[in-house]
Amino acid sequence: MTAAPAAAVATCDLGPATERQVAVDLVRRGLLAAPAALAIGGLAWGWDGVASIGLAAALVLANFWASAALLAWAARISFGLVMGVALFGFLVRLALVSAVVLALEDQPWVRPVPLAVTLVVSHLGLLAWETRYVSASLAFPGLHPGPRPTTEKE
Amino acid sequence: MSTLVLAQQAAEGITNTGLAALTYGLGAIGPGIGIGYLVGQSVQAMARQPEAAGMVRTTMFLGIAFVEALALIGFVVFFLGQG
Repeated sequence: MTAAPAAAVATCDLGPATERQVAVDLVRRGLLAAPAALAIGGLAWGWDGVASIGLAAALVLANFWASAALLAWAARISFGLVMGVALFGFLVRLALVSAVVLALEDQPWVRPVPLAVTLVVSHLGLLAWETRYVSASLAFPGLHPGPRPTTEKE
Repeated sequence: MSTLVLAQQAAEGITNTGLAALTYGLGAIGPGIGIGYLVGQSVQAMARQPEAAGMVRTTMFLGIAFVEALALIGFVVFFLGQG
């Protein structure tokens, strides 16, 4: 009697939820950058700008967090579910962002320009910021780009 | 003749909001295809090389987020264009 052959391919991943780590990092960086963005919004559009930029930033961070949580949950069950969650999650999250923005667009404190600009800039900016760290740690595990070392004057 | 009249009436009925919504809908097709391809290839990579799954998942998550930015830009165009 011979042992059953091992499966040729894996069907799920029980390893650490790397998406969640990346999302937590993104949220942390977003919270670090939020005061500066809110200050710019306050200077340019007053309290309406602050509220609009805060709403857009919250939507972007919630979107990242939801995406990571769903993918991490699905990866522990099966890769087929990852496919479904990635595609339907994309549609559902986009629909939710659209619904929230369209539901609030008539509110007197919502300014379209800062809201729209913050949605795109914060999404892309946070990703670019995070990618710099992730790409370095993927190529050289344990290495993260830090501040440029200061040269001592001789 | 009647077809021409109907087409003219339809063209007159297209508003800014309709055009913006059409742009948004068309703009969401590309990211949908992109995410499908990206996740499909990632799943294949994870299934073939489970030891690299963590790295693949990290890259996949960032890739999905970058592709989603395209759809978000489509939504922003819709949002700003409907006014």
